[in-house]
Amino acid sequence: MDSAVAESGQDDVATPVSDAAKKLGRAIVVTSGKGGVGKTTTTANLGIALASRGARVALVDADVGLRNLDIVLGLESRVKYHVLDVLEEKTTLDEALVKDKRCETLSLLAAAQTREKDDVDTGKMRELIGALRERFDYVLIDCPAGIEKGFVNAVAGAEEAIVVCTPEVSAVRDVDRVVGLLGNRFKPQLIINRLRPALVKKGKMLSVDDVNGILHLPLLGVIADEPEIIVTTNKGEPLALRHEGQTAAAYHAIAARVAGEDVPAPTVESKENFGDKLRAFFGGRKA
Amino acid sequence: MIDWMKKLFGQTPSSSTAKERLRLVLMTDHLALAPEIIENMKRDLVDVISRYVEVDREKVEVNFEREDKALAMLANIPITAVNRQSPPEPPPERPADPPSAIVESTKDEVAAPASTHAGAPPRRKRRKKPAASKAAPAQ
Repeated sequence: MDSAVAESGQDDVATPVSDAAKKLGRAIVVTSGKGGVGKTTTTANLGIALASRGARVALVDADVGLRNLDIVLGLESRVKYHVLDVLEEKTTLDEALVKDKRCETLSLLAAAQTREKDDVDTGKMRELIGALRERFDYVLIDCPAGIEKGFVNAVAGAEEAIVVCTPEVSAVRDVDRVVGLLGNRFKPQLIINRLRPALVKKGKMLSVDDVNGILHLPLLGVIADEPEIIVTTNKGEPLALRHEGQTAAAYHAIAARVAGEDVPAPTVESKENFGDKLRAFFGGRKA
Repeated sequence: MIDWMKKLFGQTPSSSTAKERLRLVLMTDHLALAPEIIENMKRDLVDVISRYVEVDREKVEVNFEREDKALAMLANIPITAVNRQSPPEPPPERPADPPSAIVESTKDEVAAPASTHAGAPPRRKRRKKPAASKAAPAQ
């Protein structure tokens, strides 16, 4: 294996002292507890948005056995090696990292598709993230759903967490649980995903305040439930590759906030036009 | 009238129902995940009651039940003897432990009209905790 994958292991917390000695990148786990809330989509878009700011970004798919980050990013045909190949020293880290041609400073380390989460050694995973932190400014770890071994491995090397929550009772409850498991060490920050402002307005969906009135987390931003995201996932061209449009802008604003810029958390406004209003008035449904 | 208005303006928005259900379920979750909180509360509760009556500490049971829109704490505290002579002393100085103050005691199955400690030995004390406490993300 790469010689760099030696240090930064054992102790639980990445110590600030070693950070200062060698400027390590930030390892951020993207997690949620519940599946299907948009962790992978968020990781892909946030990674692209951070990389488009010039930062060196590594995306790590920790969902061993259910690899998806590669296909969401549109890099599936270029994956030759995966996390376990690196952990088991079948290849080097450099060899396994897939560089995104659309976004030069972005690299992907794919998950193993034919293996199981229990095959991953937590200590080695932590070392791997440590090695990545030495050569990247950001290491975003796409965490699998659940709170078992896959979660433990994904979290092992991270020092910060972004939790993704949709405005649903099940997602909020699971985020609450995950945040409890993470504790204060990871300084979890919240992204509310798939908000439908028209439904919130009608009282049919939990609002941002409802969700965060329960979770009490620092809010990075809100992402709308945007049909365009489905299309971009179909094509393997994440929305953040573009810079226009409300949702793409929201990802870029979240990236800026992650980078420490003092920009307001993106919100989602209901874009009602006259036709919508008319339909709503006559009892029709929209959205 | 209220029902009529509800019909006119639509029922309670389902988002309010969601919020209310979440609030309750998270309280239950947090309690289930923090057995030490319950143990501490049990100890403090028994400490207070022991100032008035003798309690069989080994047999104290504390349970939580959902009652409509609130979470109720039900404590079963077997009392072994009652101190006849001593009126309740002022509470000793003791730093209060943080979680959830017990506010209202609903059903004291004690027959004594005025002073609680003088009557027939009560078998049970039932205490209720209103569900007002905000679900803190502590575990």
